[in-house]
Amino acid sequence: MNVERTGDRLFRMAIAGFAGVILVAVLALAWQLARESASTWKAFGPSFLWTSTWDPVADVFGALPFLYGTVVSSLLALLIAVPLGVGAAVFLTELAPKRVADLLMFAIELLAAVPSVILGLMGIFILVPFMRALGSPYGVGMLTAGLILSFMILPYITTITREVLLTVPRPLKEAMYALGATRWEVVRGVSLPFARSGIVGAVFLSLGRALGETMAVTMVIGNTPRISASLFDPGYSMAAVIANELAEAASDAHLSALVAIGLTLMAVTIVVNGAARLMLSRLGRRR
Amino acid sequence: MNAAVYARRKKVNALMFALTAACAAVASGTLLAILGYIAWKGASALSWSFLMNLPRPVGEPGGGIANSIVGSAKVVGLAGALGIPVGVLGGVYLAEYGRGRYAFAVRYAADVMNGVPSIVVGLFAYALIVHPMKKFSALSGSVALAFIMVPIVLRNTEEFLRLVPGTIREAALALGVPRWKVTLLVILPTAGRGIVTGALLALARVAGETAPLIFTAFGNRFEGSGMLNPIATLPHTIYTYAISPYEDWHDQAWAAALILMAFVLAVNAATRLWLRPRST
Repeated sequence: MNVERTGDRLFRMAIAGFAGVILVAVLALAWQLARESASTWKAFGPSFLWTSTWDPVADVFGALPFLYGTVVSSLLALLIAVPLGVGAAVFLTELAPKRVADLLMFAIELLAAVPSVILGLMGIFILVPFMRALGSPYGVGMLTAGLILSFMILPYITTITREVLLTVPRPLKEAMYALGATRWEVVRGVSLPFARSGIVGAVFLSLGRALGETMAVTMVIGNTPRISASLFDPGYSMAAVIANELAEAASDAHLSALVAIGLTLMAVTIVVNGAARLMLSRLGRRR
Repeated sequence: MNAAVYARRKKVNALMFALTAACAAVASGTLLAILGYIAWKGASALSWSFLMNLPRPVGEPGGGIANSIVGSAKVVGLAGALGIPVGVLGGVYLAEYGRGRYAFAVRYAADVMNGVPSIVVGLFAYALIVHPMKKFSALSGSVALAFIMVPIVLRNTEEFLRLVPGTIREAALALGVPRWKVTLLVILPTAGRGIVTGALLALARVAGETAPLIFTAFGNRFEGSGMLNPIATLPHTIYTYAISPYEDWHDQAWAAALILMAFVLAVNAATRLWLRPRST
């Protein structure tokens, strides 16, 4: 008995079409970016990714300073946000009274909703003067961008880590309490090891966000295509150079080079997000 | 000797308690600090004429952001009109028929799209619409935002539809109602609250997006004319004013940020409260 009425079949096919829009969009996105950046890949080959001259006037393009800036600012953000976020999640799950935890979680989740341009605004007028006071020569720079990014990814790390910590089986914890462990010892000995793969997943997910974040970084990183050892020095990121130069790209070669950066950025985030999903889905199965 | 060990363990416990509490305080305090500062800076520049006037040249008092507010409403509105139906109906497909390879591919594509940086989605809209038309337009901005919305709405709709108890579907089918009617008139409304909430949150999310609009909607100092011309949007205006060297534009950026923030947070807070009685 597998009869489908005509109306039902039409309906199924119609909504299958709507579902297919996103599939077509992703394929078209990859294809468009590949096509528009083809001339750059042809002209510079893969060395586009490891040369560091960016000269739109002479039509010489190398993306290394942008790759460097994106990776370094994102790693700085993780360095700051992961301990903070995991610490906050531990407090909110294991130690805080439920009412307090709910209230603080509400605030942290709303922090995730703050538009990045507003964080950038705060960055320009508060963080930059602050960094200058700390002795940074320009105020803008790699460290400033990392700090702003860390605020952006903090809510992700906190919420996911908290969700994972909530799945730790009670009997495991109670067994340890029964042995006379303190709360912190239970967190260290049971909860955190149990949640490890989830936390790693959260870190990768946040990394994906940080790598692609545009506005907040563009506003405070300094927008100078230079690789410098000092974190106080201005840098540039992949997303930022696209945001700054695309609307004014003078030549087709310049445009193509910017799209090539976009394609690289997309490839990197797909890999990072894939890794995050792998970690988190493994967790879901165990649950 | 044992007493010393106990004391040390207790001390470590208290110390870590305090440290993690400090982390939580920093994380949640950041939002309060941002809200407070924007309210303080923005309120002083906010006035009725600021909301109602068009921008004026630098230095001339009385300039406003009316065009940005209207522009944002237009661009986000069109993005919603394009993205929400696609997302909801696609989500219905995944929830109702979502087994097999095709559904897997759709889900995978949605996850990929969700993770693609918004600036790259902007590049796509640029290559798709701006480049062939040789012109920045409100439409291209809407299309970019719609692509950002679809995966969010899609997965959210699927999730809420899956929460509808199978008994409801079976009861309707047992009455001889065709399956498409059951889906559209029984199951979809049952999950309605969650789906509407998800759509609203997606709207709030793209209303704050700037990156994909820089080289699509582009911005405009005047009232934009139609969807095929450049148009001003609130987040983009905040960006332009913030990086400008002019003092009075900075003040206006804060006031505009206050408006954007109020809208985004109001939607977020309201939907959360609205969903609460059901989820607990």
